[in-house]
Amino acid sequence: MKRKLLLKRLPVHLIVIALAVVWLAPSLGLLVSSFRPRQDLLSSGWWTAVITPSQWSRFTTANYRDVLTQQGMGRAFLNSFLITVPTTLITLTIAALAAYALAWMNFRGRQLLLMTVIGLIVIPLQMTLIPVLRMFNAFRLSGTFPGIWLAHAGYGLPLMIYLLRNFFGALPRELFESAFIDGATPFRAFVRLVLPLSVPVLASAAIFQFLWVWNDLLVALVYLGGFEEVAPLTLRLSLLVGSRGQDWHLLTAAAFVSMIVPMIVFLSLQRYFVRGILAGAIKG
Amino acid sequence: MNMGRAHWLYLAPALLLLGVFLVYPSAETIRLSFFGPRSETFVGVQNYVRAFTSRPMLIAFRNNLLWLGVFTLFTVGMGLVLAVLLDRVRYEAVIKSVIFLPMAISYVAAGVIWRFVYAFRPAVAPQIGLLNAIVVGLGGQPVGWLIERPWVNNIALIVVGVWVWTGFCMVIISAAYKGIPREMQEAARIDGANEWQVFRHVTIPFLKSTLAVVTTTMIVFVLKVFDIVYMMTNGAYDTDVIANRMYNEMFQFSNYGMASAIAVILFLAIIPFLVINVRRFRVQEAVR
Repeated sequence: MKRKLLLKRLPVHLIVIALAVVWLAPSLGLLVSSFRPRQDLLSSGWWTAVITPSQWSRFTTANYRDVLTQQGMGRAFLNSFLITVPTTLITLTIAALAAYALAWMNFRGRQLLLMTVIGLIVIPLQMTLIPVLRMFNAFRLSGTFPGIWLAHAGYGLPLMIYLLRNFFGALPRELFESAFIDGATPFRAFVRLVLPLSVPVLASAAIFQFLWVWNDLLVALVYLGGFEEVAPLTLRLSLLVGSRGQDWHLLTAAAFVSMIVPMIVFLSLQRYFVRGILAGAIKG
Repeated sequence: MNMGRAHWLYLAPALLLLGVFLVYPSAETIRLSFFGPRSETFVGVQNYVRAFTSRPMLIAFRNNLLWLGVFTLFTVGMGLVLAVLLDRVRYEAVIKSVIFLPMAISYVAAGVIWRFVYAFRPAVAPQIGLLNAIVVGLGGQPVGWLIERPWVNNIALIVVGVWVWTGFCMVIISAAYKGIPREMQEAARIDGANEWQVFRHVTIPFLKSTLAVVTTTMIVFVLKVFDIVYMMTNGAYDTDVIANRMYNEMFQFSNYGMASAIAVILFLAIIPFLVINVRRFRVQEAVR
């Protein structure tokens, strides 16, 4: 009986494992190649390095040293943090404040305002690039960190406000009533009650915004393009592809450098990560 | 609940940023789309006429349509197949992580990964690209995957998109699949239904609204697809798409009128799908 079941399931196992191998192979090729010297890379496929033990001693970290110091990926790594971390904090703080007001404060036009904010989710970035770029040029914000922080914050807000408002709105009313009876101000209730209770949704939202900004190319390309000293990893990597398109020993190492942080986030915070991605899927 | 009149203090920063970065620029882009390259002369609907008649734009429209069909079919289809099959194996979580992993990295990195897979060298040299090594190993001639138009190179780009997004579809569909009451499927089996019939008449109807959400999400992605094409070919050899045209009109040709018109077209194309999606958002909320 058991054997029959195994046999019946065999095709399922085969299909699933084959797909996983197909999915993994491209990334594996990148990883292996990033540790191979230039000549090796150009004379044989990466798979030969994996299956030939005599070649294992030839693996080297020289490509990484090269891209981090000579090709500007080290600076870009720092820039990516300098862009992503403040952006995430700014977006989340501003969104949380607005979501709190939209969830728990009574004022005329609240519902209309909420619908308008949610409606803004549908606007694709492309609709805003030209006027914002002109604005940035006029105020000398092109090629600056504050410029891109604010732009990313603006683009991320509708979705963040929507997510947080849904969560805040679902908190029990009694919570606030008892807090106010005890003399708490609305701001105190926000800091002491709402934020601590919302850690899961704040984490998902933060991870989503962090990865969105970390992986963004378009916004960086438009508002930071041409300013090499502030270029994040994605922009630097795309420039490398343009200038050294056949130097695979550099491109593979550089690509892997740009992937490290998202991979760590993904592997360590998978639950929040998946939630964040699912929630963010509707971003315009 | 009465919290005084301080609400505007809480809302002000958000409203300011939304106004500056979304509301005003969108209105301005619509206005600019009726003006010439440098936004000085009013040209009426000329940009739109050109957008729907010029050859590069028609190719971009065709390619977006190709993406729409092939990309959507494969991401949603494979996501569904994986969700159903993985439910039957014990190492489900590992495989799911593997398939979902590409979602975590940038399209720029994905572009490098796949440019390497597609690497093409003349038949005399050893092939360092995985795909051409397989083709040559099977006795074929190396293929210029990103060069051969119109089908090979466009499909090659779509494959990159499928590689990235299948995991997303799989995770959402899988969550909904696990919500189907097991008794329903068991009851069907006891009544003599085979696996295909169970899938067709029990599973699919149950997943209908989830599949709709996933499909519209994929369509929205397809309409905006930019990074993959920009990184892999920058639209060369007839692989251009709408969003990349917009970028090139803006930066390569400095034609702000045309670029704005393309942005507006993109926007109008996306609206219906995003409206459906935002409405159905509750389905996603339910699976979390």
